[in-house]
This record gives sequence, structure tokens and C-alpha cells, in this order.
Amino acid sequence: MTLYFLNFVLFIIGLYALVAKRHIVKKILGVSIMEYSVNLFLILIGFKKSGVAPILMKDMDLSTFIKTAVDPLPQALVLTSIVIGLGTLALMVAMAIRIYERYGTFDMHEINRLRG
Amino acid sequence: MNTLVLLHILLGFMIIGSLVTVEIRNMLSAVISVGAVGFALSIMFLFLGAPDIAITQVIVEILSLILLIRSTINVDNMAIEKRGEHVLSNRATLIFIGIILAFAWFSFHSLRPFGYPSMRVSQFYLNQGLKEVGATNFVTSVILDFRAYDTLGEAMVLFTSISGAFAILRRWKREQHKDFLRIDREH
Repeated sequence: MTLYFLNFVLFIIGLYALVAKRHIVKKILGVSIMEYSVNLFLILIGFKKSGVAPILMKDMDLSTFIKTAVDPLPQALVLTSIVIGLGTLALMVAMAIRIYERYGTFDMHEINRLRG
Repeated sequence: MNTLVLLHILLGFMIIGSLVTVEIRNMLSAVISVGAVGFALSIMFLFLGAPDIAITQVIVEILSLILLIRSTINVDNMAIEKRGEHVLSNRATLIFIGIILAFAWFSFHSLRPFGYPSMRVSQFYLNQGLKEVGATNFVTSVILDFRAYDTLGEAMVLFTSISGAFAILRRWKREQHKDFLRIDREH
């Protein structure tokens, strides 16, 4: 239970960086911290006590493996989610670079003011 | 039991690293500390029985560090916040964070306890995976066989985001367009 709660604290830190910070790159870092926390939460839900990784080795017995393996479904979903996170991060960084070239600053307040 | 203590320590390290990321003034240091958080996350995945995800996380972390350093290395490295502006100075933010955390504490009690997952769907994959797919890695069998359409859709999302980044960052078409506008104005 405390692991879930600490994980949620991590999510809240990312949300705070996204909402309250003025630097665009800090906002991007907040999004990526939130993403870490969500991925970790899904993996934590699928963990089984004294479980093994869901990979069948040669010397393992199949019936005991089925009883002790951790949940493979959230792992499969998180695996693609991590890669998509890289894609969206590339998109956000590209937008930040273009905004800097256009306005000469990373400050959100300044950008809103400059637009008039 | 030992693993549980280790997981708590690693999660505490991640929280400290993300606090440093949020509050430090030098942007390059902020990017590097978020990289440290990501590598701690990959160690956590390793101890939670997910070696595939740990490997993927390391690779993605290195690539995203390169991207973020590219966005911060050439420009002013200092954060814009004023000197006295930090978490404790903003009272409304603190109150809302406290309320959200209190509700989260109560709502997490309605989840299943840590270490006892609900295997209603996955038990089928574990039982039938070896017989129907033949892959010994069950994560791979879920990605590429049981939920292959899901993976296809996510590949489409990945393609869309990458082509969007490419379209934003391209340079040649934009300059051509500018020349075209200038010629148009002269005539």
C-alpha cells in the first residue's frame, strides 16, 4: 500500500511541474515524470509475491511456473507505452525548439504576453 | 521481504530525484536528474519481474536524454522562476496537493493489496500461451499474438507522433515557402 502511495506522490510531483512551472522544458520533464509513475503503477499492480518473470526457462516445471509467474498483461501494455512515450517526447521537444526559434524565450508568461 | 525494502528505497530515490528536477535552477542539471530517475525506474522493473521492460526503459531513457539535452544545450540554461518562488510559497497549490493525497490514501485501500494481483484475464494467457503460441516469453506472446491488433494500433500512434515531430522540425519546405511568398509580393 505504501508503494502505491509513494508512486502517487511521484505523479503529483510531475503534475506540479506541469501546472506551476513557467519554463517549457520543465513542463516537458513534468509530463515525463508522470509517465514514469503511471508505467510503474501498472507494473506494481501486476506483481505477484515471490513471483518470477514470465519467461519459461528450460529447467522450469510448467505447472509451478503458471502458479508463480507475475502478470504478463500489464507488462505487454507498458512495453508499447514506454516507446510511445519516447515518440510524444520527441514531438514535445520539437515544438519547444520551434517556439524558442519564434519567440526567443522558453517562458510561458512571456510567450503569452508577446502574442498580445 | 528484502525486495520490498529495496523497492521502497528505490522509489524514495525517484521521488528525491524528481523533486530536484522540479526545483533546480539549471536546466541541464534538471534534465540529467530526470535521467537518473528513469534509470532507477529501470532497476525497479528488474526487481518487479519485468526484464523486457527494464531493457526497453534503459534504451528509451538514453534516447530521451539525448533529445532533452539537444533542446537545452544551445539556449539559456537557467530557469525563469523568481528567487522566492517555490512549493512552500504557493499556499493554494499545497492545499490542493494535500487534499488529492488524502483522497488517494483512502482510495488505494479499495485496491487489491500489493503482491496479490487479479489474474482473471492473464491466467488464460499463462495457461494457453505455450500451447497456442509456442513462445516461451509470455510477454512477447501477449504483444504479438493475443493482442496483436492493440500493438498495431500503438505502432500507428508512434508513427503519427514521429511524423508530427518530423513535420514540425523540417526546414527545407518552409524556406521554399518563404521565397514563394516574397516573389509573390514583388509582383
